[in-house]
Amino acid sequence: MEKTQNNKAWFLVLPVLALVAFSAVLPLMTVVNYAFNDTFGNNEFFWAGIEWFDEMIHSERLRAALGRQIVFSLIILAIEVPLGIFIALNMPKKGFWASLCLVLMALPLLIPFNVVGTIWQIFGRVDIGLLGHTLAALGIDYNYTNDPLDAWITVIVMDVWHWTSLVALLCYAGLQSIPQAYYQAARIDQATRWSVFRYIELPKMKGVLLIAVLLRFMDSFMIYTEPFVVTGGGPGNSTTFLSIDLAKMATGQFDLGPAAAFSIMYFLVILLISWVFYTVMTNLDREEAR
Amino acid sequence: MSRITLSNLAHSYLPNPTSDADYALKEMDHVWDDGGAYALLGASGCGKTTLLNIISGLLRPSQGRVLFGDRDVTDAPTTERNIAQVFQFPVVYDTMTVRDNLAFPLRNRGMDAAYIARRVDQIAKMIGMEADLNRKARGLTADAKQKISLGRGMVREDVNAILFDEPLTVIDPHMKWELRTQLKSLHREFGHTMIYVTHDQTEALTFADKVVVMHEGRVVQMGTPEELFETPAHTFVGYFIGSPGMNLLDAEIAGSEARLQGVSVPLGAAYGPTTGRTQIGIRPDYVAISDEGLPVTVKRVEDVGRHRIVRAEFHGQPLNAILPEGMTVPPYPRVAFAPAKINVYANDWRVAPLGS
Repeated sequence: MEKTQNNKAWFLVLPVLALVAFSAVLPLMTVVNYAFNDTFGNNEFFWAGIEWFDEMIHSERLRAALGRQIVFSLIILAIEVPLGIFIALNMPKKGFWASLCLVLMALPLLIPFNVVGTIWQIFGRVDIGLLGHTLAALGIDYNYTNDPLDAWITVIVMDVWHWTSLVALLCYAGLQSIPQAYYQAARIDQATRWSVFRYIELPKMKGVLLIAVLLRFMDSFMIYTEPFVVTGGGPGNSTTFLSIDLAKMATGQFDLGPAAAFSIMYFLVILLISWVFYTVMTNLDREEAR
Repeated sequence: MSRITLSNLAHSYLPNPTSDADYALKEMDHVWDDGGAYALLGASGCGKTTLLNIISGLLRPSQGRVLFGDRDVTDAPTTERNIAQVFQFPVVYDTMTVRDNLAFPLRNRGMDAAYIARRVDQIAKMIGMEADLNRKARGLTADAKQKISLGRGMVREDVNAILFDEPLTVIDPHMKWELRTQLKSLHREFGHTMIYVTHDQTEALTFADKVVVMHEGRVVQMGTPEELFETPAHTFVGYFIGSPGMNLLDAEIAGSEARLQGVSVPLGAAYGPTTGRTQIGIRPDYVAISDEGLPVTVKRVEDVGRHRIVRAEFHGQPLNAILPEGMTVPPYPRVAFAPAKINVYANDWRVAPLGS
């Protein structure tokens, strides 16, 4: 039988295409427009070519922010991933306590970002905050508004508090999917606790762990609200991460051209790193299957 | 290696068992002799796996003791018992190679590398996986994985016992036969105590010296395949072993004869008075169809190759007989039982004849 080809079905995609164009592509084009032009208002644009990109790439300020951003992302990944795994391994597997744990763990994830920022901003204040005041009472010199190290610690602890649950919950789901027979076989084979983790739990968690790391990397690399609320990027520029810097540049100084070039590069960097990360991990998977 | 004693053992999965029905394993005393090859036979859900898990220590019994030799291991963890167990579904360590999988139990015991290498090669040869030793266990077929599980179970030479929990379920029929033969030869070679759980009677009868039949959480009989066939201790054994199973007919026993619906049938021995529901059991193999004896109604005749099975009824009770090749069912069929092959049951348990 002859198969009839009818490509009219493609027209059905048009509404979605139009929607996506309005919601994502067109706004992005505005950014692209600003990135390649200079303007003095009045909707008059002058072609600037890659001038803004050139300027941003060589900008000390952007490089410093990028450096801080990378350090921040690495630190929180290094804390949240092992801690999340550790918590997941020690959570009760079933019954009332398991449900209670799940609810408690999910709580930080449900709090809006700026509320998290506000909580920690107040929590850490030396005059009225429980944490700040207690530390001061214990004679520890802690002040996140003055001391860059204290500011970093506060921002990192806040992020760990906010997001470790996500890693833990994903790992917990991975652990729950391991059939009991694997643990039994390991006991029969006289495996140590470490071997059980290394050869049973970790391989089975790998899929969800990959997603957890990817999500945490992307989110932390784009972090804005919480540190902005707590430290406003200070003291000085010490907690000014890429997003905060970008917002300062675009809405504070109205340097729309450089900010637009900056955002495009920022977006591409995240896309690139995520892609590399994902490809490497999935390839490792395929290698192993061989 | 040592003999395994289950003393006064019972297990319930409920925290506060009250009635008999709450127990997955009813109270039992049982001894597994050192070096025996046992098959644990029974229908699904009769407690076979529970019993195995108690022996290997994966489960703590709710009452009673488990002894290895003279040592009480009831509270000893699995790792201390040095026991091997192969599960129904394959368990392999995905990220390890086949070689590492097989070596894993030995490495955990801290054996030296040269010995491990030698032993792993030996086992690989036995399960026919020498060619795959260096590939990852992930991505292998289910029966290759199960062979690895079997290999891991057999790799330790000093285990107290090897427990098999329906290990050949996922293996294809040809390989099944081959692996069973290898298990048997392995048993002859090393003399490990082996307990092989199955619900397949052919598997049980070919593998084991002694077959243990379980029914509803109880060991109803332990014996050689022949004993199970000739003198089933419980009607369940009679029905479960043999194809088709033993015929059971309600009867009244008077001395050395049974009365079935008013017809007298001679027995091979004399019996004392019985209580409860009394039945006689006779294997289809010992039922002769001719024109003499009890009148029966033939329902159908099945040809199974070497012989035919006659499905008949005697006063509404099913009665099967085996018809040897070349024989035909007469127009007014009657059946006769070989008197010495008749067993008597009261409330499902076998009644021993007087003077035995």
